[in-house]
Amino acid sequence: MLALDRVSKTYPNGVQALSRFSAEIRLGEIIAIIGGSGCGKSTLLRAIAGLDRASAGTVTLDNEAIVSPHAKIGIIFQEPRLLPWLSVADNIGFGLADLPAAERREKVARALERVGLAEKAQAWPRELSGGQAQRVAIARALVPQPEVLLLDEPFSALDAFTRRDLQDHLLDLWADTRPTLILVTHDVDEAVVLADRVLVMRPRPGRLFDQIEINLGRPRDRNSPLFENFKRSVLTSLDRSLDRNVPDRDATQGPGQAMWW
Amino acid sequence: MAMISDAPALQQPSEPAESAAAPSRMARYARPILGLLLPLALALGWELVVWLGWSNGRLVPPPSRVFATIAELARSGELVRHVIATLWRVGLGFAFGVIAGTMLGAVSGYWSLARRLLDPTVQALRAIPSLAWVPLFILWLGIFETSKVALIAVGVFFPVYLGVMGAILSVDRKIVEVGRTFRLSGPAMIRRILLPAVLPAYVVSLRVGLGLGWMFVVAAELIGASEGLGYLLLDGQQLGKPAQILAAIVIFAILGKLTDWLIEVAAAPFLRWQDAFGRAKGA
Repeated sequence: MLALDRVSKTYPNGVQALSRFSAEIRLGEIIAIIGGSGCGKSTLLRAIAGLDRASAGTVTLDNEAIVSPHAKIGIIFQEPRLLPWLSVADNIGFGLADLPAAERREKVARALERVGLAEKAQAWPRELSGGQAQRVAIARALVPQPEVLLLDEPFSALDAFTRRDLQDHLLDLWADTRPTLILVTHDVDEAVVLADRVLVMRPRPGRLFDQIEINLGRPRDRNSPLFENFKRSVLTSLDRSLDRNVPDRDATQGPGQAMWW
Repeated sequence: MAMISDAPALQQPSEPAESAAAPSRMARYARPILGLLLPLALALGWELVVWLGWSNGRLVPPPSRVFATIAELARSGELVRHVIATLWRVGLGFAFGVIAGTMLGAVSGYWSLARRLLDPTVQALRAIPSLAWVPLFILWLGIFETSKVALIAVGVFFPVYLGVMGAILSVDRKIVEVGRTFRLSGPAMIRRILLPAVLPAYVVSLRVGLGLGWMFVVAAELIGASEGLGYLLLDGQQLGKPAQILAAIVIFAILGKLTDWLIEVAAAPFLRWQDAFGRAKGA
């Protein structure tokens, strides 16, 4: 279990990015963190990854405090961040340097197969499309079999079709070993498609505002009324977190109202 | 120099694939030939002018006389002696300059404390025109090989130092972060992330450094030498043999281009991953 206990982060310039964020996340749970810009969601993710240290509060994974990058925690960034001087296969095997070569090759080959890029094994990263590169990044993060996988707006730079593909693909890969997924996003659709639980954050300073359980079976139908309902409740919560006065979304869309000008 | 000639190649990283097939073979050979047209025409034109007797070609000897001089120097064994002397000086000075520049550049790039301590001094020294060292080097190191090699090493040192330090400082923080998430140790971070990331800029700085090395060997040999291509230049001036001066210049050009090409070829296998290197060069 991943436990966040009153995690706070104040940057040296005095900006308080994160204030007393607490949450408990079960193994295998999929969490989406959503919120307006500047709500500290990336800061939170970097604290969990051990890339930045929290100014106060603790992050613990299975009773072990996280203060630096940990073997059980993987991360996927917004950009693929592949190493341009390594082939696709070597990029995927980057985190497996400690394994004997034969075992590493086998794992890499399996991962390549799994993300559908087997024929690209020897290609350079520059030869990949954006979606392919992000799939390699996903494979690179998953191949050491982390217990927790953090994703920092991983699909936001991709076009809508590729994004959908990769969302489904991610769930498919997740089902293999069922790690904990923590996904930072600003895409409500993405949050509701993927997450078991959506955490809504509120900016200045960043803190937890609301939690919404998405009680929908998988695979989820993006067009079902139930899906729309969950989307609406996340959107409403998001609006409230930003102090926008939208008491009732449906009312604003009433006839005539949209035509007032 | 090297950097300038690479610039156009960098601006067109991905030539469309359709031009890769049949026309490319012609383009690969036709373009260098295109570049040779002007100098060849000028040389032939001048040859003709002298041959027709419109000029005696005494101060500006025609190409045939320059090549005859080279052939004669080669036959007498003089050429090999001078070339070896010059190559030896450049090689030694280049080696020392590269070693010192790489080590100090790496230290300054990696540790900010070292950079604060070291860099202002190095930058101040860099501002001194390197030829200003000549009298001092002669006093300190004598007029023989040591002072010449030292002068060349100084010339090579600065571009390599700056190149290495700048390259390390500009390594993408995002890629370093990838190394951190995989918990690379310090040495592993250097070997697996920093070195490969720095290599392209390093090769460029080596090529710039070598160019300066060739420049400084001439300066060193003009000042006082009994052999070397620079000595041939001076000898040609003092004895009024412009063909010999031009011969030395031609050989300088050939050696400079050749050694630069050697660095490029030696580095190419390590830089195949780059978007622009070599690939767009034929274009």
